[in-house]
Amino acid sequence: MKIYVPRDAAAKAMGADEVAEAVLREARSRGIDVTLVRNGSRGMVWLEPLVEVETDKGRVGYGQIEAADVPGVLDGSSDKALGPVEEIPYFKGQTRLTFARVGLTDPLSLADYAAHGGLEGLRKALAMSGEAIVKEVTESGLRGRGGAGFPTGIKWETVRKAEGAQKYIVCNADEGDSGTFADRMLMEGDPFCLIEGMAISGIAVGATKGYVYLRSEYPDAIEVMNAACDIARREGLLGASVLGSGKAFDMEIRVGAGAYVCGEETSLLNSLEGKRGVVRAKPPLPALQGFMGRPTVVNNVISLASVPVIMARGAAFYKDFGLGRSRGTIPLQIAGNVKYGGLYETAFGTTLGDIVEKIGGGTASGRPVKAVQVGGPLGAYFPVSQFDTPFGYEEFDAKGGLIGHAGLVVFDDTADMRKMARFAMEFCAVESCGKCTPCRIGAVRGVETIDRIGRGDASAIPLLEDLCETMKDGSLCALGGFTPFPVMSALKHFPDDFNANAKEAAE
Amino acid sequence: MSGTTGAAASERILATISEHLGLEGPLLPILHAVQAEFGYVPQDAVAPIAKALNITRAEVHGVMSFYHDFRTEPAGAHVVKICRAEACQAAGADAAVAAAEKVFGTALHGTSADGKVTLEPVYCLGLCACGPSAMVDGKVVGHVDEKKLGKIAKEMRA
Ligand SMILES: Cc1cc2nc3c(=O)[nH]c(=O)nc-3n(C[C@H](O)[C@H](O)[C@H](O)COP(=O)(O)O)c2cc1C
Ligand code: SF4
Ligand code: FES
Repeated sequence: MKIYVPRDAAAKAMGADEVAEAVLREARSRGIDVTLVRNGSRGMVWLEPLVEVETDKGRVGYGQIEAADVPGVLDGSSDKALGPVEEIPYFKGQTRLTFARVGLTDPLSLADYAAHGGLEGLRKALAMSGEAIVKEVTESGLRGRGGAGFPTGIKWETVRKAEGAQKYIVCNADEGDSGTFADRMLMEGDPFCLIEGMAISGIAVGATKGYVYLRSEYPDAIEVMNAACDIARREGLLGASVLGSGKAFDMEIRVGAGAYVCGEETSLLNSLEGKRGVVRAKPPLPALQGFMGRPTVVNNVISLASVPVIMARGAAFYKDFGLGRSRGTIPLQIAGNVKYGGLYETAFGTTLGDIVEKIGGGTASGRPVKAVQVGGPLGAYFPVSQFDTPFGYEEFDAKGGLIGHAGLVVFDDTADMRKMARFAMEFCAVESCGKCTPCRIGAVRGVETIDRIGRGDASAIPLLEDLCETMKDGSLCALGGFTPFPVMSALKHFPDDFNANAKEAAE
Repeated sequence: MSGTTGAAASERILATISEHLGLEGPLLPILHAVQAEFGYVPQDAVAPIAKALNITRAEVHGVMSFYHDFRTEPAGAHVVKICRAEACQAAGADAAVAAAEKVFGTALHGTSADGKVTLEPVYCLGLCACGPSAMVDGKVVGHVDEKKLGKIAKEMRA
């Protein structure tokens, strides 16, 4: 009997380890032979721990399982049965390209990985020139999934053409945005996919060394990635001769130290070099003078992990999905006060309203949706009146927002948007790297100004608006430069929350 | 974790440093390793780290103070981090923080009087679809409320 209990951190947070222990205990006491696989998460976080049993009808699921439910799961009599997991509408409706194996396979079995399409992309790449690989990635239309949406192929081409005896691939796994967990799920659920993507990138641009800068808040992902790198090295996927090709690529996992700004690529590079994570002015571009002053590709986890499927199935296949200039699929992360929270990979183009109401099922509290923050702490708050916005880089930009790393945080009508605006400023003040005054000092002033507004001083509203303009114009990076997005969108769409008198009148 | 001063400690510090000297950009890995060994980065570690990396002590301090993770003082016996970021706020983080302060007997950023628990804010644990979230001695916990936190507090003090 084969049973799957996820090892994903969200599943563990809901008790998966206790369930896994109970499965083994129960199997022992019944004297039955059970193979326990600790898979990744299928992404249906509200169903975690989601236990799966392999049957002749495929893998059947049991949701929200506790240790006490395990006997019923083993008998097939549990009333928490969900039927075949891949038939669950939330799962069935997805287009899983980057996340194809997450939840399906044993994350630390390279054999399982290869049996489910893994390494195909790398094998193809190894038979191609660097130039041809970069061309394929460029033609796929893949844009950076870390937030800025820069075309991945163009970045690679700059590094490929740069002169340098040593080049690097640096994977940005800092994933600090609230409401995002795609990087974590991918690393915990299919680590070889990231390793393969980094190896392809290295082969393409001529870099022999890679680093994953992984945030310290993710101990489970750190453990899985380190174990996967050891296996990959042992099996010849990493090392002096990648899959026996004679081409070298190896990589290391480095742990962050709790600074949000280190997700910004130049701050990250300073941190990786062992310095304070202060943002560097650009130019020089990291592509030309990155880690240790050498040519460096810096890409997000999902950007790199999307490369294997692009190489395996071709640029045209990938590019065929999407909307406008947003090509391919995007792992939406639906979070906050939402009924069906989790990860949903789909082509670009679904409207915000469909994501929140149809896929996410509306709020968990059952109250009306008030606002959705899209793209992390630097992203705008969208009111319900903008629910017709299709999910795409340009489409969100046109509404004064951004998609960022594709996290969506749902708030119900009890949310106080002045408080959320204050939080955005407070967060910016705490996390500022300190280099620019509008960010370092401005954010502190922002908190004070919002407090004044809260005390009923409406004359402080124009001050807040001016301050936001100054931060936008005078900040070196998006921490100071984009904090005005959540603040101004909250003020614009929810003015009543900033008007103490109106609020008292309503109460 | 035995003593953090004296000859034995300084030998452990030197050993930890030398394990990482071959790395490119070894300072963060060294600080993490020293903290894993002692629970914090003792003052006595700063000079040998600076010497080994050929940087000033002020530079080592500068790096340590930039990052939220590094401690210059020991923490309580247990460390509880509770998420205050937006997705958890949408799911009731304020109430969870208040409950945590109550059951663990300390305000955020503090340690309980009995030295058992240090309570710290964290900004996202990647558990945003099962918030409010927390991390207890490195273990993740979702949907935290007063009942769950109370049980954890009780086990810590048992
Ligand atoms: C304050 C700040 C935080 C950021 N955090 C992250 C992050 O956690 N992960 C990430 O991939 N990119 C982050 N970015 C974007 C990176 O600077 C950079 O654009 C990205 O790593 C490039 O990779 P991509 O092209 O694959 O997206 C952040 C940017 C800023 C300004
Ligand atoms: S905007 Fe803020 S975080 Fe960004 S470089 Fe300036 S001070 Fe640093
Ligand atoms: S916002 Fe709390 S875990 Fe992400």
